[in-house]
Amino acid sequence: MSQNVQRTFAVFVEDKPGVLNRVASLFRRRSFNIDSLNVGATHEPGVSRMTIVCEADEDKAKRIEANLYKMVNVLWVDDLTYKQSISRVLALIKVKCTRDQRDEVLKICDVFRARAIDMSPERVTIEITGPQDKVDGLVSVLRPFGILEMVQTGTVAMTRGVEEHDLAHPTVPASRSTAA
Amino acid sequence: MTPANPKLKNRIGESLSGANIIWESLVREGVEVCFGYPGGAIMPAYDAMIQYPIHHVLTRHEQGASHMADGYARASGQVGVCIATSGPGATNLVTGIATAMLDSIPIVCITGQVPSHLIGSDAFQETDITGCTIPVTKHNYLVTKPEQVAPTIREAFYIARSGRPGPVVVDITKDAQQQNCVFEWSDDEIVLPGYRPDYAPLAEQLEEAVELIQNAKRPILFAGHGVMNAGATGALLEFIDKTNIPVACTLLGLGGFPASHPRNLGMMGMHGETWVNKAIQDSDLIIAVGMRFDDRVTGNLKTYAPNAKKIHIELDPAEINKNVRVDVPIVGDARAVLLELLPHVDKCDRKDWLTYIEEIKGGSSVRDIKNLPDLGKLYAAHVIHDLYRHTEGKALVVTDVGQHQMWEAQYYKHDYPMKLLTSGGLGTMGFALPAGIGAKFAKPEDSVWIICGDGGFQMTQAELSTCAQEGIKVNVAIINNGFLGMVRQWQEFFFGGRYVATPLLSPDFVKIAEAHGLTGIRVEKRSEVEAAVRKAEETDGTVVIDFRVEQEDSVYPMVPAGANLQDMIQRPEEPGEQEHNPIFETGEDN
Repeated sequence: MSQNVQRTFAVFVEDKPGVLNRVASLFRRRSFNIDSLNVGATHEPGVSRMTIVCEADEDKAKRIEANLYKMVNVLWVDDLTYKQSISRVLALIKVKCTRDQRDEVLKICDVFRARAIDMSPERVTIEITGPQDKVDGLVSVLRPFGILEMVQTGTVAMTRGVEEHDLAHPTVPASRSTAA
Repeated sequence: MTPANPKLKNRIGESLSGANIIWESLVREGVEVCFGYPGGAIMPAYDAMIQYPIHHVLTRHEQGASHMADGYARASGQVGVCIATSGPGATNLVTGIATAMLDSIPIVCITGQVPSHLIGSDAFQETDITGCTIPVTKHNYLVTKPEQVAPTIREAFYIARSGRPGPVVVDITKDAQQQNCVFEWSDDEIVLPGYRPDYAPLAEQLEEAVELIQNAKRPILFAGHGVMNAGATGALLEFIDKTNIPVACTLLGLGGFPASHPRNLGMMGMHGETWVNKAIQDSDLIIAVGMRFDDRVTGNLKTYAPNAKKIHIELDPAEINKNVRVDVPIVGDARAVLLELLPHVDKCDRKDWLTYIEEIKGGSSVRDIKNLPDLGKLYAAHVIHDLYRHTEGKALVVTDVGQHQMWEAQYYKHDYPMKLLTSGGLGTMGFALPAGIGAKFAKPEDSVWIICGDGGFQMTQAELSTCAQEGIKVNVAIINNGFLGMVRQWQEFFFGGRYVATPLLSPDFVKIAEAHGLTGIRVEKRSEVEAAVRKAEETDGTVVIDFRVEQEDSVYPMVPAGANLQDMIQRPEEPGEQEHNPIFETGEDN
């Protein structure tokens, strides 16, 4: 039995009413716990793309993939976990910030490649995009200033350009390497 | 595709109501019988039905309709169809839908829905049935426009019967039934971009499987329901005749390999034969065909077949490594895979292994109740064994859920496929009578025997009225022990003999039959069994036999839930005297 790791699936689905419900229902029913789920349009009309992050070992990951493929509205599933990929979340963080603290907060933003996008005499709102750990890092540094409010998206992810984009349907999701 | 029904006028290109298009589509899909119950939101469809060559069977409850469609599908191999109204009509179907889902049975359920402008308003008899049935259907649809009716029903049938079969719900709003549109029908192949049920086995996996089979000293093959679904019974027979590998069947696999074949060991699992489970535990190779390693089959997974390599031939990739880790998964159609393997495996007599199995069989089979005297009592196992002999093993048997279901599996030997219909996965009490009625419509020439307990019979007993109204002939054998027998057995074995909520007061089943204008017979002694069976077979119309059997008998052998497969509770030497054995109280509560 392999270890539980956090896994990222890119799931291409038909853009039809109720598809999100079907996918969410599958994860709930099979006790696959979702850490984050993001859905949005793609460049192809009628095709939406979900990024689903969840914890699973190798066997469970294969079963998640196979169960997703069983759904009529699911077009293609890509387990990005061990592929070279880019993943991003976007977060908005509103922190307390007096005039005296502004320079320090803006320097912190620079270090994290974050941006101040709104400011009032006592507050700054910061936008950051990046992998989850970078967002977590910024949050921990900002916490002493007093975080008033925060919102973040689920992870979105895709493979890097070096990975071949193979749209073929896998004949046997339970691959040989994991069955040995 | 489907040959056009000669009774059907060609109305392609005409403006028809959605209601008409429902039946146009069903007839074109080959439907001749459907089971249902009318109501407000489906009334336009019912009103249009009389124009079409479809026999509608009015059930007494929508659960009956979904079980009948299921029984029809199991007996015929075709898609079964049921129809109900919105709200309670639709929710009443759900038990039957879930039953079909867990046993991979192709049914299409047409439900009425409130008019589309009322959806979401909590209108009278509104239920979100597509939402309700997502987890228990293979797929489902909400149809709100008449133009969608025909293509959706085509897709529904295609999805229901292709790949690993399953139930599909098509929910059609009342306005979509009432409005007109130009009826169009295509017989072209259906291509759904996200649905590809056509898995082909990989060559290297076939090679590895051949190598394992060639090197195995103690192989065993599991025949599951998938063998019959794939039409692989002939291929399996050829494969076994060449390789001499002994076969164990799952409950739903019974009949997929002839019971009388010398290589057939019998049923495996919780109430499987001792020698079968022992052979599994001692095997060095398992070839699992069209089965899914259910917990009732494996017992404790940690100690399951510890020395066996495992080849899993299965159509559904989501079943691979779900419960049992396998060495060689082969995703594909059972028939195709067996035929691919056949030329590459050698003929073999397997003398040592088969002799060993015969040895372990000898000891345990003499404790079989079949070999025990009845001591003047009527044992259920005797009833079923006698029924088997008097029907010459040729009846189409439909069982309910519980003790009688296991006794049937043990004592009615099925040589032919699709002659045992039973709710295996979901274990739905109340399944047998309606499923048996559905089966009779699929196979009117068959002698249909419905075997059920006194508990399960009463769950759907109202369908006796359906038998009477339709004038059909089925035989109902009630194994009446005055208890919810399987639960009572568990209470005896695992709950200190506290019979909580299991003693069951039943009406006089003979009078119940007679009140429906049907024939009722009571049997209290073994000597009366044969005469009752013969009388039932000769009587026109449905017959109910009330077999008053021994009240506190148990099904043996038994692997307690979650226990090791080899640790079976055996039938005590004297019938009816179960020695209390505390080591078996380790079973999980499931």
